[in-house]
Amino acid sequence: MKKIPSFLFILLLYLILKILFTTNLLNPYLQQIILYVGIIIIWTLGLNLIYGFSGQFSLGQAGFYGIGAYLGAILTKLFPHSLAIIPLSLFASFFGTGLIAFLIGIPVLRLRSDYLAIATLGFGIIVKVLFDNADAILPQFGGSRGMLGIPKYTNLEITYLFLIAVIFLMRNLINSKYGRALLALKNDEITADVMGINTFWYKTFAFALGSSFAGIAGWLYAHLYTFLHPSNFEFLKSIDCLLIVILGGMGSITGTILAAIIWIFLIEGLRVILPASLVEWRFIIYPLLLIIMMIKRPQGILGKR
Amino acid sequence: MSYLCQQLINGLQLGSVYALIALGYTMVYGIVRLINFAHGDIFMIGAYVGYFALNVYKIPLPFVFPLAMAICALLGMTIEKLAYKPLRNAPRINLLITAMGVSLFLEYFSSLKFIFGPNFLAYPRPFRVTNICLGGLMINSVTIFVFLIVFSLLLLLEIIVYRTKIGMAMRAVSYDKETSALMGINVDNIISFTFGLGSALAAVGGILYGIAYPQIHPFMGIMPGLKAFVAAVLGGIGIIKGAVVGALIMGVLEVLTSAYLSSTWRDAIAFSLLILFLIFKPTGIFGKEEMEKV
Repeated sequence: MKKIPSFLFILLLYLILKILFTTNLLNPYLQQIILYVGIIIIWTLGLNLIYGFSGQFSLGQAGFYGIGAYLGAILTKLFPHSLAIIPLSLFASFFGTGLIAFLIGIPVLRLRSDYLAIATLGFGIIVKVLFDNADAILPQFGGSRGMLGIPKYTNLEITYLFLIAVIFLMRNLINSKYGRALLALKNDEITADVMGINTFWYKTFAFALGSSFAGIAGWLYAHLYTFLHPSNFEFLKSIDCLLIVILGGMGSITGTILAAIIWIFLIEGLRVILPASLVEWRFIIYPLLLIIMMIKRPQGILGKR
Repeated sequence: MSYLCQQLINGLQLGSVYALIALGYTMVYGIVRLINFAHGDIFMIGAYVGYFALNVYKIPLPFVFPLAMAICALLGMTIEKLAYKPLRNAPRINLLITAMGVSLFLEYFSSLKFIFGPNFLAYPRPFRVTNICLGGLMINSVTIFVFLIVFSLLLLLEIIVYRTKIGMAMRAVSYDKETSALMGINVDNIISFTFGLGSALAAVGGILYGIAYPQIHPFMGIMPGLKAFVAAVLGGIGIIKGAVVGALIMGVLEVLTSAYLSSTWRDAIAFSLLILFLIFKPTGIFGKEEMEKV
């Protein structure tokens, strides 16, 4: 009963967006913003899987986002004339980022709560330093000058396809045996262990998969803006990602989607609407919102207790 | 050889500034188990207070320090009252997220044009910089000034924590909050005092940082703050002696990396060290193993 309307909704939304894009009812800037919203949703859903559903606090998501972006971009930049490189580089961004997250996760995920936060934060900063110095390995990376000349492959279809895929994957995962295990792990790790759930494996799995989403988001980002700079993936970006997940509500897919849309349209929209002298005030309102949220409604807008 | 010694002195100078920040981190963590992200920004505000006091209001140097300490202590205590106190019984992660919110707020609020402005400012040098030769080593008057101030503050802190009644109460609260409340200690006041004390030390750190590396901007607190936190973990978080030793190690390591390897790698080294310590010896150099209670 419920399957058909959601399928129709997906198709309808695609058609509306397609018409808006092809008839140029939306100017290119707005089109770019809409694609960017899709990318941010994929990225933040990854963190929601790690933190909202599995309770593993990660402050290094900008690092994984960047790894996906740089991995994909270097491949498409080195082989610009073959179309086969597109699926190949997507594959590299997804699995490469996931593999790195897996390898990092094995030692780091033994840590709990704020210690894990600090370790992943450290990882994010190390990754940024690597990007800054990457031109020593391969000059095409550009290092601290930024990476230019990435082909523009990101379009509505590719973004929409991955967005839907990620949402479906997450929804089905959460309602499966794995999802229950992750939920148990989040609520009480020791009890989950006693119940026979291999908590360590599940934690690492969620961490790797959520980071793979970040990797895909990174690929899309790189091929949308065709320019990468290490500062795009600094520590403050990880906090942005966390803000969206928390505002939307921990463990709520719709909440994250909603919060990401509101977030981007507030940041970009207010830039257009507000007079220049008030634009900086945007970044004062968000942290205040975060603090008030933590005190008054820690589960987020759409989160459950 | 003399180059190495020179770099060691530079490292100790940076490390002693880190120590002033790390002490605040470690004391606050010891007492409320909170990684106070906003601490790095209090350090930044301390630097700005010093800048305005020295450059705009032309207040003589000996009065600048107590002024900045008082303002930052007040700020630290206010933040604790408004943002952290309502969350005292909430999960630790919520507290951490709130601290990040406070940190972002302070950074962006300070970048507003009518507050401090988003640009870099050149810090005034309140005295003439002279070089003193000591057996082939050149020591800057700024370095000596930093060492003197930090050393006297450490001495003062030692006296406060181990020789006074309020210091004894601080140690009691960090050991067991409930029992010390039963013993008639006003836990809220002690927590407030700890935030004030830590923030005052960070304020001095900010001014010294500004004098030693004469450039300030609203986001300057992030990196020194994080590195001071790494230092606190290195020495064993919650342990005062550990924070100082950890900070000196961090400072020396950072300067040596810049001198012999490359300055672009120094952050990577610092945070690799953090991850290694967290994995293999999370209690730090001086820490004792703590049993996890279910």
